[in-house]
Amino acid sequence: MVTGKTIFSKVWDSHLLAERPDGQSLIYVDRHLTHEVTSPLAFEALRKAGRRVRRPDLTFAVMDHNVPTGDRSLPVRDEMSSKQMKALTGNATQFGLTLFDYFSPYQGISHVIGPELGLTIPGITLTCGDSHTSTHGALGALALGIGSSEGEHVFATQSIWIKKPREMAITLRGRLRKGVTSKDVILSVIRRIGTGGAIGNVVEFVGEATSNFSVEERLTITNMAIEGGARTAIISPDEKVYEYIRGSKFAPTGADWGDALEQWRSLPTDPGAVYDSRIDFNISELEPQVSWGTNPAMTVGVTESIPSPSEAPTKEDALSVERALKYMGLAPGTRITDIPLDTVFIGSCTNARLSDLTESARVIKGNHVNKDVRALVVPGSQLVKRRAEALGLDKIFVEAGFEWRNSGCSMCIGMNEDKLSPGERCASTSNRNFENRQGPGGRTHLVSPIMAAAAALHGRFIDTREVELIDPEELAPGGLNA
Amino acid sequence: MPEPLREVIGKACPLEADDVDTDQIFPAQFLKAIERRGMESYLFYGLRHDERGNVHGRFVLDRPEFRGARILVAGKNFGIGSSRENAVWALTDSGIRCIIASSFGDIFYNNASKNGLLCVRLPGQAVRDLRERAATAKLTLTVDLAGQTISDGRTTVAFEAEPHIKERLLKGMDDVAFTLENYEAEIREYERRIPRFVIPRSARPS
Repeated sequence: MVTGKTIFSKVWDSHLLAERPDGQSLIYVDRHLTHEVTSPLAFEALRKAGRRVRRPDLTFAVMDHNVPTGDRSLPVRDEMSSKQMKALTGNATQFGLTLFDYFSPYQGISHVIGPELGLTIPGITLTCGDSHTSTHGALGALALGIGSSEGEHVFATQSIWIKKPREMAITLRGRLRKGVTSKDVILSVIRRIGTGGAIGNVVEFVGEATSNFSVEERLTITNMAIEGGARTAIISPDEKVYEYIRGSKFAPTGADWGDALEQWRSLPTDPGAVYDSRIDFNISELEPQVSWGTNPAMTVGVTESIPSPSEAPTKEDALSVERALKYMGLAPGTRITDIPLDTVFIGSCTNARLSDLTESARVIKGNHVNKDVRALVVPGSQLVKRRAEALGLDKIFVEAGFEWRNSGCSMCIGMNEDKLSPGERCASTSNRNFENRQGPGGRTHLVSPIMAAAAALHGRFIDTREVELIDPEELAPGGLNA
Repeated sequence: MPEPLREVIGKACPLEADDVDTDQIFPAQFLKAIERRGMESYLFYGLRHDERGNVHGRFVLDRPEFRGARILVAGKNFGIGSSRENAVWALTDSGIRCIIASSFGDIFYNNASKNGLLCVRLPGQAVRDLRERAATAKLTLTVDLAGQTISDGRTTVAFEAEPHIKERLLKGMDDVAFTLENYEAEIREYERRIPRFVIPRSARPS
């Protein structure tokens, strides 16, 4: 009997160079993205061993993790950041790599620029020294987050050793209510499967709701699959994906475009393909989600309350809840909508693409940020920023009292000046609410861009199903698809 | 290139927490090094230091009875989150050569295998038992990678190890050299077949 193949198996099989008896496989890497923070030691190791970057034409360097997001005409004040940025420039020059530096019009978060510049395309293998590399799977690429030593291996050999992951299908069914987003979907998925639920697995998101999502909504979902432990995530590409890539800076053109389309259309998972496990989600009744604890699985719906350690199923779980509540400064039973906020961050590789900024703007246009709240927007890339400005979104944010910044990882990881102070409480569109993640002692609540915008206006979380969303046409007359 | 690792003999230290993410193991504010040294001072920084940045001494690895521990017995999902290899370097720089847990973050697990840090997966109950015994500060274990056993001198339990990762640790292998010496032909052959559209158009802004 012939069984169908999954997209993952198709990409895996076509890139398999060798397989050892124990299942460790050598996989060719078509695209390697590298950034200033996890690369210096890998480059140093290459130099020491007298090795070169095997395929500079497939390797792209970008400054994203620690770049300041303020005025780019000013010098970088943080000496260590400046050193890492200079090191990347030096390494890119020495090894002949294309670099999107601090001043590049294409600078941005690696997981935002890959898809938007056409560097990420369906059917390729892609690695990056960052765990959120799973993001690129939304375009049908097999994307793997790797460490520095593995990065060195990719530089030198253009390949990676990996044991074939198991395959998990997560089926998304139904249709979201107004004010609920793909961010809420992935948060609720992680809540259900837990932080380790998908360890050792590549997760393929399938089902009609997955297909109905836009490419950027899908990028949010694959981005956070790592928070459920997944080795990576992937989604079969479709016409929306090809349209997203077409015409972008590095996208194939002319005859190459035709060849690409032909191959891409053969990639989607075949009917009858078999997975190691399957999970089903109906998203129709989903309510907006807000994380309350110190990992992304510690999430509840906006109409729920903070859980109590006494309800935890095991002693270990009770300890985790207790510790999380202590860190977050929250008491069991507190309603989510009663938590007062200090800061709102709209940004990160999860939710800082044009559509994320548009969705936020639909909430805030004509309104003003709560007087007790500091609110900032950090576009995912300079290209997103320019496109948003062309639509006038920057004015909407600034008039409402938001800071409008240059692009970078910013307050998602707190490696530049954009940090929370101890005890400061933030509604954030990012992906991790770990202790100290957004700055030592900072308290993070993960939410959607719509929730973040609403929270900025009200100084607390509100049920975004009841929030008025301005029609996109009114937001930017004649221009949103421009 | 790491030293070969055949066995780890040493005191076991309990870390009673699940979901220990790499942000906890190595906070982002210390990721700015461009050289690999002194990583041990940042290990579990947020858990070990008070607001003024002084070591408060209450964290388990700082308690006198656990000084010099070589083995950490954790919970489930150890090393989830960020891909930062600094988490592994900080552990090995601190003298930790083996972590026992019921599950590990995938990227952390790979990173560990490249740096002479042995990650042993045991069933949840076995990990819990070991952790409770380690809490007495009197548990010394011999973790034998070649034989795939953990022993306290009286009882021995077996663990599973992926052959490739076991070999990498046992030999302290340089993966890059290994790949280039053995698979150059396969890589080259693949490169002859890459479709043209996969290679990005001129990288230089026009």
